[in-house]
Amino acid sequence: MAEVPEKAKCVVIGAGIVGNCLVGHLTKLGWTDLVLLDKGPLPNPGGSTGHASNFIFPVDHNKEMCLLGEQSANQYRDLGLSVDSGGIEVARTQERVDELKRRMTSATAWGIEAHLLTPEEVKELVPFVNTDIVLEGFYCPTVSVVDSLETGTQMRNVAVNGGCHVAANTEVLDIITEDGPNPGDRTVKAVVTDKGTIETEYVVIACGVWSNRVANMADAYIPLVPAVHQMADVGPLDILAETNNEIGYPIVRDMDTFCYERQSAGSMEVGSYAHRPIFHHPDDIPSNEEAALSPTEMPFTPDDFDLQMEQAIDLMDMLGDAEIKYAINGLLSLTPDAMPCLGELPEVRNLWSAAAIWVKEGPGMAQVVAEWMTFGYPRVIDVHGADVSRFYPEERGDDHIWARSAEHFNKTYGIVHPQEQWESRRNLRVSPYFSRQQELSAEFFQARTWERPQWFESNADLVDRYEVEGREVEWDARWWSPITVAEHLNLRENCGMVDLSAFQIFELAGPGAVAYADYLAVNKVDVPVGRSIYTPWLTPDGGFHSDLTMMRMGDERVRIVTGVFDGGRDEFWTRRHLPTDGSVSFANITDQITTLGVWGPNAPHVIGALTSQDLSQAGSPYGSLVDVELNCGGRTIDATLFRISYVGDTGWEIYAAWDDGPVLWDTLMAVGADFGLRPTGGGVYGTSGRLEKGYRLMGAELESEYNPLEAGLARPKVKAAPFIGKEPYLAAREAGDPEVSMCVLTVEDLTDSQGRKRYMQGGNEPILTQDGQRITDSHGRVSRVTTAGPGPSVDKHLLMAYLPAELAHPGTDLQVMYMNELFPVKVASTGAVFDPEDTRLRG
Amino acid sequence: MRILCCVKRVPAPGAKINVTDDGLAVDASHLGFATSPHEECGVEEAVQITERHGGEVTVLTLGPPEAADQLRYAASVGAHHGVLVATDGSAWDPQRTAVALTDAIRGLEAADGPFDLLVFGNESADSGGFQVGVRVAYALGRPIVNGIKGIEVDTEAGGGVVRARREIDGGFEVYELPMPAAVGVKEGINLPRYPTMRGRLASKKLEIAEQASDAEPGGQSLVRLHRPRETVTETVILGNSPEAAPAVVDVLEELGVV
Amino acid sequence: MLLVVLEHDRGAMDEAAREALTFGRGLAAQMGAPLHAALIGADDAELVSEAGAFGAEAVYTAVHEVLADFGPEAWGEAASEMVRQLNPAAVLAGGSERGNEVMAQIAARLDLPMVANCLEVNPNGGAGEWNITRQQWGGSLLEDACLVSERPLLTSGLHTLAAERAEAAVEPVTQAVEVDLDPSLARTVVKDRVVLEAGVTLSTAPVVIGGGRGVGSPEAFAPLEELAAMLGGRVGCSRAVTNNGWRPHSDQVGQTGTRITPEIYIASGISGAIQHWVGAKASKHILAINIDPEANMVVKADWAVIADLHEVIPAITEEIKRRRA
Repeated sequence: MAEVPEKAKCVVIGAGIVGNCLVGHLTKLGWTDLVLLDKGPLPNPGGSTGHASNFIFPVDHNKEMCLLGEQSANQYRDLGLSVDSGGIEVARTQERVDELKRRMTSATAWGIEAHLLTPEEVKELVPFVNTDIVLEGFYCPTVSVVDSLETGTQMRNVAVNGGCHVAANTEVLDIITEDGPNPGDRTVKAVVTDKGTIETEYVVIACGVWSNRVANMADAYIPLVPAVHQMADVGPLDILAETNNEIGYPIVRDMDTFCYERQSAGSMEVGSYAHRPIFHHPDDIPSNEEAALSPTEMPFTPDDFDLQMEQAIDLMDMLGDAEIKYAINGLLSLTPDAMPCLGELPEVRNLWSAAAIWVKEGPGMAQVVAEWMTFGYPRVIDVHGADVSRFYPEERGDDHIWARSAEHFNKTYGIVHPQEQWESRRNLRVSPYFSRQQELSAEFFQARTWERPQWFESNADLVDRYEVEGREVEWDARWWSPITVAEHLNLRENCGMVDLSAFQIFELAGPGAVAYADYLAVNKVDVPVGRSIYTPWLTPDGGFHSDLTMMRMGDERVRIVTGVFDGGRDEFWTRRHLPTDGSVSFANITDQITTLGVWGPNAPHVIGALTSQDLSQAGSPYGSLVDVELNCGGRTIDATLFRISYVGDTGWEIYAAWDDGPVLWDTLMAVGADFGLRPTGGGVYGTSGRLEKGYRLMGAELESEYNPLEAGLARPKVKAAPFIGKEPYLAAREAGDPEVSMCVLTVEDLTDSQGRKRYMQGGNEPILTQDGQRITDSHGRVSRVTTAGPGPSVDKHLLMAYLPAELAHPGTDLQVMYMNELFPVKVASTGAVFDPEDTRLRG
Repeated sequence: MRILCCVKRVPAPGAKINVTDDGLAVDASHLGFATSPHEECGVEEAVQITERHGGEVTVLTLGPPEAADQLRYAASVGAHHGVLVATDGSAWDPQRTAVALTDAIRGLEAADGPFDLLVFGNESADSGGFQVGVRVAYALGRPIVNGIKGIEVDTEAGGGVVRARREIDGGFEVYELPMPAAVGVKEGINLPRYPTMRGRLASKKLEIAEQASDAEPGGQSLVRLHRPRETVTETVILGNSPEAAPAVVDVLEELGVV
Repeated sequence: MLLVVLEHDRGAMDEAAREALTFGRGLAAQMGAPLHAALIGADDAELVSEAGAFGAEAVYTAVHEVLADFGPEAWGEAASEMVRQLNPAAVLAGGSERGNEVMAQIAARLDLPMVANCLEVNPNGGAGEWNITRQQWGGSLLEDACLVSERPLLTSGLHTLAAERAEAAVEPVTQAVEVDLDPSLARTVVKDRVVLEAGVTLSTAPVVIGGGRGVGSPEAFAPLEELAAMLGGRVGCSRAVTNNGWRPHSDQVGQTGTRITPEIYIASGISGAIQHWVGAKASKHILAINIDPEANMVVKADWAVIADLHEVIPAITEEIKRRRA
């Protein structure tokens, strides 16, 4: 029956919760000429939406997931297709009791009502829970159960009323692209279906578990894997049937068994994230016709569920005698980092992904993508963690996706530490010094694909030298070592060498390179050759897209150096805006260049031993690039000395050819021995050193929701040249003092109610007023800890947070919540708490 | 009552059934397996009879080792014993199957005494040979009627009688089989219960007696399976308003349900 | 000779028998053998003449007191005795419940292979190796089988071909066959027949009127009830309805409810979620009433009315009343 038009402005593929909400939101944003396709029938085309358990627990430690979940819950509520059933996470273990305290903290951060319940209080709400095995409950009254199919239908109807053409039972066979002027630049052109070809400007892939298969049609890649989530519907149960509605009792999440019990009318749905990871290739998912139930309701494998049954019966004895009426291996989407895949695909212009999204966040994420397509950036909240361009090539293969998804599947209800490291797929990218670092017993943290030493066990002797205290609570000490504090103090006293080879380095070249570079950056890139600038890149709305260093390498050559967490996004952004007249070429030269940072009072001595270059501020001024020859034990290597510091002590980033790295390392280690040089880890570079100086980090302090004025990164003047986000930036400046400012706070007393010293982790802990109130601004942005860590040189635990203007001045007394306890904090500075005059940088 | 149910493990497909490349089997790569539906009802009926009259239900299957799953499933809904005649998984023809089952039942009866009732499915969901139950019953000298959609056991009437109902147009036929007897039952005889969680967990402890069979192949052999030519049935739209009512009633009259 | 065992109920020929004769006519021609028929428990002239109309050149009859009414064992034994005496090259029956059952009895008694629900049978020139295409999975799959048998026992797939009379009717030769039947065979003869009047259940109702979320409220099921009562059917519903507490779970059609097998399922305001479809798909015919032409139930239905069920259902009821009046 379905036919497709020959032309469209935008084709959305997939009519699940995401695709339906997307066409609805696009229509509300003024889009016309939309087409919505699905290979299945309506309203349930057979994807994951059709069998979702449809409940939303609003509290998540992750800001993006939590706020978009809340957005989604509200959209369901606004349609009247949501019931606030309430929900309780129950703890069976002490470790989980602690985690529930952390949940309370996150609930406070995001402003979500929550209460800790005694077992008796749990029983009052859910009388069939066995309280003998429950230690505590975490209750959210706004846990909701939603009707995702009807929501999808209504949102689709919004679009249909705006002229959207809907073609169900229509399968996409191919996506046609067209080459653009720059190398590797392709643009989406048409969608080929079994009902005809649609010429179109935009295509959105909202195909759930099939998304990568559809992306592959355009030689693009969406890294997700269809994974099984087992669910059994047991009943009928009189006590449930008597409620006479879909959901009458709060949903219970049995956190320690990774299971949930959710009433569905007269029966109980028992769902599990506890079973072995079971993955399917998208090509192996049956069609609607082939499937016994639906394509994403795969045959139940009971052997995988038996343990969960026993545990469910332990918690709710009545379940044991109820019949298993319906049980499935339901498919859902997992990604290698457990975050969704949103945004334009880096491979093909105007080909968008709205994938790896669950029902609980569907409407909100659809809104994000719709806004992104409309305004060039999402407005609801910052979603850099979900940006599909974040992935490196090593993250795009099935081996990686399957291994990582297997690792985090059982952590769906797990207790995941903010610093938690992956076990699988390590050593994908290593620096030239990797074997040397291994010999020094480096503890490696992985930044996306890159291994970076966080500290060196070989520096354990420094712990005694500096009398560094350990942390008494295991949670605080997890993924942490007192060595990192000792390395910090050594750097301040002597010298530290930091491996920065994970820097992502791009070069723009050609007659238009400098002008283009200026178009990307807030600050002026058109500086003399040999100078650099540190600059924000803004979104079209004037928030942070990025924050990085740009170097004028030549008349027509600009180098971009950015952090490893943002390499994918920044490369895509750079390529995406590249002029089409051929005046600028782009190259990613990360693999060619290694970087070592040497900082500390002795840094000039160490570097000076390798070169005759004048290393004084005159010969190597701050922010300058100097090409030198370094004498490395008889060999001379070419290097560029970049005088800069992210740790607050003088020193250089040394850029050299990748292959020259080992000899450079060995020479610096040998020469540095006399100057107290120690290999120093990311704990100093990324946390304690930068924190003491109040240096901001993209993705932590800097997000698209904040502008340079709020971040304290606005320069006195605005350059004349145009740049992305200039108008909103100018408007913000004209509006006067920013509403909030980034501050460094000191924790005044770390002692908790049990007399233990506790150390905030920087996991969005809320900053509260002295009378315990949340602090929010007129945009609803909450004051929360963006980074936390030790300040060894100021002898305080330090926090960074945005605070409203009236609070953002030194001396303001506030509180921070950590593990559901309050600790006194004081605003120390909107800049540095250590050496605020930067005297040490001039050394 | 001692009741024996014969069940068959079959794939549980959707509307479109795929065949393996060699054409010798259903491609079950994304399918689950189930007890053939008539036989699932047979087990339910047997369990209900023992719930009313006491006794035990033994479930017998011939199939690959994985067919033990179907025995456990039967145990999870109330069957007491499970016996597996293991094959290599290839399709056994009806004669061979019947001989193997007959041998197995003789062995079980020799050990523990005769079964009062043998329950077969009317035909298997997959190969649909319509004959195994009849062959086995004949070989064992038991009366059998197929197509049964209702059973009452009367242990009082001389030696015991099975009253069995078979559907006909507008009603049903009644048969009275002297026990020991056999029936071929059809779906609809009951609504089979689902296993409870406790039933499922208990069924894992079922001890399955395994037997081998030396039955020889019969005269029918599978060459290949294939899908019939697809007939696309377009939905006939009778109308877009209540004005369609006469057309609807025409359809109802054509089907003879008005 | 190809012998077709004719199914009849107390003298009334069954459509399956006509189909078998039609199928047998073609097969007999392939075999180069005459088409003969067997009547068990009857020798009515009408039956004989109808067999002739379908091309049977000879009709054998077996009459015995045990054969007065249908009994699978007695019929099977009588037919087996005929086969023993007449030595047909092959035996065929219609693939009905009785046809398959009697053929299975013959197969058991003669210890011969039997192939049920055949669509094509190729005697392969009579070498004793028959190539057969038959139904599996209720016709969803076809099986090419090889049958090695000196005397194939076959049934023809029910309603897979239309019964057609022979171009020229034959006046069959009739011959009574003496069958010596053990009185104990009466143990499986029909004892009684019960005619059902009312009290149909959802799983056995000939008509089911289904209502889904689109019905809107418990009260709005009244017109569905009225139509169901008028057609001797029952009202069923989707999971959304029971979830909303509009109707009891026992009315739910679906994976977790009842699986229905009516002559026609009138699904109104039901989108056709897979869960529901699993319970409804065994319906012989489906008519969907839905405002959404892309609804799964509409796409899968034989007939559909794209309109509001609240208007269509009463209109159907009125139309039936009008015609009955």
